[in-house]
Amino acid sequence: MGQDVQAAADNSSAAAAVEPILDVDGVTLQYKTKEHLITATYRVGFKVYPADRFVLLGPSGCGKSTLLKGVAGYMTPVEGAMRLKGREIHEPGPDRVMVFQEFDQLLPWKTVKQNITFALMNGGKCSTQKDADELAMEYIKKVKLDRFEDTYPHMLSGGMKQRVAIARGMAMEPDILLMDEPFAALDALTRLQMQEELLQLWEDTHFTVLFVTHSIEEALIVGSRILVLSPHPGQVKAELNAHHLNHSNVGDKEFSELQSKIHNMLFADRILEDELAAAEGAAQS
Amino acid sequence: MNTLPQTVVRPEFEASDLDAANHGDVARRLTAYERLSNMDSVRKFSILILFIAAWEIYTRASGVSHFLLPKFSDTAVALFQAIWSEQLLIMVWNSITILVTGYAIGLAIAAVLTTAAITTRFGSDLLSTLTAMLNPLPAIALLPLALLWFGLGSESIVFTLLHSVIWPVALNAHTGFMSVSETQRMVGRNYGLRGMTYVVKLLIPAAFPSILMGLKIGWAFAWRTLIAAELVFGGSISDTAETQSGGLGWFVFSNQMDMQIPHVFAGLFTVILVGIFVENVIFTNIEIKTVRRWGMQTS
Repeated sequence: MGQDVQAAADNSSAAAAVEPILDVDGVTLQYKTKEHLITATYRVGFKVYPADRFVLLGPSGCGKSTLLKGVAGYMTPVEGAMRLKGREIHEPGPDRVMVFQEFDQLLPWKTVKQNITFALMNGGKCSTQKDADELAMEYIKKVKLDRFEDTYPHMLSGGMKQRVAIARGMAMEPDILLMDEPFAALDALTRLQMQEELLQLWEDTHFTVLFVTHSIEEALIVGSRILVLSPHPGQVKAELNAHHLNHSNVGDKEFSELQSKIHNMLFADRILEDELAAAEGAAQS
Repeated sequence: MNTLPQTVVRPEFEASDLDAANHGDVARRLTAYERLSNMDSVRKFSILILFIAAWEIYTRASGVSHFLLPKFSDTAVALFQAIWSEQLLIMVWNSITILVTGYAIGLAIAAVLTTAAITTRFGSDLLSTLTAMLNPLPAIALLPLALLWFGLGSESIVFTLLHSVIWPVALNAHTGFMSVSETQRMVGRNYGLRGMTYVVKLLIPAAFPSILMGLKIGWAFAWRTLIAAELVFGGSISDTAETQSGGLGWFVFSNQMDMQIPHVFAGLFTVILVGIFVENVIFTNIEIKTVRRWGMQTS
């Protein structure tokens, strides 16, 4: 499987001409719980190119969030390496900004604008408060939250909070934006709207984003390229293209086919296990 | 023969135009009485008035000895007398000076202990063990020891105040730091916060509700300890060379000795007033400007 992925990357002449922004090379990540040492991902490798909307897709337990934390620098791999623009990743930094699923990622003691300027000033993006204010307002307008810049986060709805978090991440203009299921805690209608807005924002600047989700539909809509991971431990199952698909394709033949293809990939193991169990049951009786 | 309830299929409809005139005001102002009774201070103040009225009526009607329970009016007169001619305000000031000294030193020690507790495992064990041991010990019980070590004077009272401030403040601050969400910690590190800037710009504001709670409890303990210490050992401690007039507790104690019961009540009343002022004016204002404004604590 790993060879197929490698071959696919080599075949693409466009990819050969451009250097990848992020190179994840045979990464094994482990973390400890009170009683166990868990291997979250096993020798996972992929490359993210500029302007990619690269999606890590998989069921719970495939280590996709752990992988993102690794890229963000919160975890060190026990095997393999992760390089951002050729430099190995050792610690968190403002060149990779993370947007989390949890609403409390906004600092409650700061207003919408202050949350963004706080990041800009401490992350070294802006050196004066005036610059930071201007840049913050620019991105607040982009996510359509002007008039709310002096509001504290607890007054905002879930969707608005996530927009602030996205604005904060984008204002930093990082090499790569890391999004950890950013829309998972939203209601279905808001989620749909946020996906569309994210794509519109991407049309503006073609930023690079690494996006984690467990929703196949979201992966197809948001992503340009999808890395499918299998669970326990996370391993690469496939890398697929979805750059030609968005909201308007939902329900199309191609969309549905790709959707069921991924669905089968993710659930093939489970079906096999179920069948085996059923067969064993039949043999015993 | 199906007994299950069946879906009733009805015709669909869409509203052609929504009539704006018929649904009345979308937001209507409440009546003056409703708005007034929604104010906390108004409701609480009326309870106070009722209480004072009951006190006055009872003492007048029952003819209870004024040595046991003086009238509210006598207490009020005694309070004004004490303020005008008996230097009550200076006594209050003396008490508060000692209190602030003890409180400030206590906070500094609590800050050191908490820092140790969040940075090292030993510090954490030390804090939890010391707190478990010393927190249940009433500060006033240390006063005899303090007198032995520091002699008569304000040092002894400051020592007991330290004991009543350090443990609640350190314990609450530590709990606050421990419960800062993992997401917020990661956000802080993501934007390059490290070392002291990480503590000052992220951990302290994130833990502020708990820290403020600790400060409030510490203050309340300290105030009670101070008055109790002045009451019990007030004569010997407060009547030192530099503070001839003594503190508030001493005022209550000495007036009881002289059987000036309205003055005793006036003294107790002052203790309550200072307590209410600090709690409901100072701390409540800090709360309104910080944690309530940030939505980190609902009123």
